[in-house]
Amino acid sequence: MIAFENVAYGYGGASLLSDVSLRLLPGSFHFLTGPSGAGKSTVLKLAYAELMPTSGRISLFDRDVRSLSRDDVARTRRRIGIVHQDCKFLDHLPLSANLGLPFTVAERESDPQDLRALLDWVGLSQLHDALPPTLSGGERQRAALARAVIGGPDVILADEPTGNVDWDMSLRLLALLVELNRMGKTVLVATHDLNLIRQAKSQVSARVLRIAQQRIQVAGADL
Amino acid sequence: MRAGASRRGRGQGPADEIVPPSGHTAWLTTFTAGAMVFLCVFAVALSLASGRLAARWSAALAQTATIRLSAPPEQMQIQTDGVLSLLSETPGVASFRALDDTEQRKLLEPWFGPDLPLEDLPMPRLIEVVEDAQGYDDEGLRQRLAAEAPGAVLDDHTRWRQPLVEAASRLRLLGVLSILLIGAAMAAMITLAANASLAANAEVIRVLRLVGAKDSYIARAFVRRFTIRALTGALVGACAGLVGVAMLPAAGPAGGFLAGLGFSGVEWLWPLLLPPLAAIVAFLATRRAAFAKLKELT
Repeated sequence: MIAFENVAYGYGGASLLSDVSLRLLPGSFHFLTGPSGAGKSTVLKLAYAELMPTSGRISLFDRDVRSLSRDDVARTRRRIGIVHQDCKFLDHLPLSANLGLPFTVAERESDPQDLRALLDWVGLSQLHDALPPTLSGGERQRAALARAVIGGPDVILADEPTGNVDWDMSLRLLALLVELNRMGKTVLVATHDLNLIRQAKSQVSARVLRIAQQRIQVAGADL
Repeated sequence: MRAGASRRGRGQGPADEIVPPSGHTAWLTTFTAGAMVFLCVFAVALSLASGRLAARWSAALAQTATIRLSAPPEQMQIQTDGVLSLLSETPGVASFRALDDTEQRKLLEPWFGPDLPLEDLPMPRLIEVVEDAQGYDDEGLRQRLAAEAPGAVLDDHTRWRQPLVEAASRLRLLGVLSILLIGAAMAAMITLAANASLAANAEVIRVLRLVGAKDSYIARAFVRRFTIRALTGALVGACAGLVGVAMLPAAGPAGGFLAGLGFSGVEWLWPLLLPPLAAIVAFLATRRAAFAKLKELT
C-alpha cells in the first residue's frame, strides 16, 4: 500500500532522513517511535505526499508519488485517513459537517445514519452540532479519528494521536485504532509513548519501527 | 455553550460554505466592484456621447459648403448672380442660396454686437451650398468659379470638420480606454483581496487538502464567493451610475457638449451589461489568483 525505498529527505541543507525503507502491507499495524525531532512526522508527511523525498522512491498504492499530479494526490489522500496531534477542524462548521468533510470535498452524498453510527462509535453522539472550539482535547482526537475513517480509507496514519490526552483517553483511542485494524485497515501510528505501545501488545499484532540517526530500524521483537 | 448552529450536515453543499466568512476582503471586493462600475457607467456615457457628437458633426458639415464672394461693391450683385446661375447648372448641388444682410449680421453678432453697420463694411457675400447624395465635383466647381467670379472661394468645411471629428473620435477612444483601465484596476484589486483571503485561510486550505480536496474544489469556494460579491457591488454601482447620469443636465440647443453627456434611447441598456462583465472579471481574476496561491501554499 505504502512503500519507501531508500528514501532521503532534507530541508534547508540539513538531512532529516536517509536511506529509509519500509513497507506497509494491507491490514498491517505499525508503530513508529523515536525521540522528538527524530523525523516521525516527516515520515508520515512523506507517506501522504505532503512532502516529496529528496531521493529514493515512495509508492502510494503502487504509484510513484513523483508521478502523481496535484489531483492525483488529492484522490490518493481520500484513501488515507490522517489524524494529527493538533487536529485541525473548520471552526465555523459544526462537528457533523467537519466529520463529513471527506464526503463534501469529494462531492459525494453520504448517509446520515453512517454519521450517527460513527459519532456513537467514538462516543460523541451528543456533540453532533457542537462547534470544534468547544470540544476538549480528547473529544477533538476522537473527532479527528472519526473524520479520518468516515470516507472508508484503506490506510490510517496517526501522528501522536494520544499526545494531548490523558492515559484513559489514550487507551480508548488505541482501542479504536485496533478495532479499525481488525476491520482490515492498515494502521501506522507515530508515537513516542512506549507505554501505549506496550499496552497494544495484548490487543494487536503490531510491528514497531524506530527512527534513530535518520534511519528506520525494527525495534526488537514484534509486540 | 457547546452546541453551535447547525448549518448543514455532511455531504454536498455549496463549496463556499466551507470557507469561513472573511472580514475586510468581503466589503473591499463589493466596494471596489461598486465604485469601479459606477465610474465605468460615466466612461460609457462619455464614450457614447463622443460617438454621437462625432457622427453629428460629421453629418451636419459633410453635406454643406460655403462660397465666400469678395468683389468691389459695384460688381458684387453681378458676380453673385453669376455664381448662383453657375450653381443652378452644377450637377450634384441640391440647393443653394445667398445669405441676406440680416443673416450675415446675425453670424457676426457674437463678435461685433448687434449694431454692426454692415453696409459700411466691405463684407463678402456668403452663399450656402447643399450637395445631394452624389455630391458635386469640388475641383471642377472651383475652376468654374474662378472663371465666373475671381473673388469667390469655395469652402467645403473640410478644414473645420476634420479636427472636430478627430477630437470627438479621440474622446471616444479615451472613454473606451478608461473602461479598459477601470476593468484592469478592478481585476487587480480583486486579485489582491482574493490573495489576502486565501492567505488568511491557509489553515482551512490545509484541512481541506488533508481530507482530499482538489485545488479546483478549493478554488471554486473562493471564486464563487468573490464573484457573488463583485456582482452585488457592481449592481449597486451600475444603479448609482445610471441615477447619476440621469441627473445630469438635459441636452439643449445651447447646452454644448457637456449637456449632451448621457445616454439616449437604447443606450440606457448598455450599463446593464457592466455587472455581468464585472462578475466575469472577478471570476477570472479570483480563479487565476486562487490557483496560483494554492500552488504556493503546497
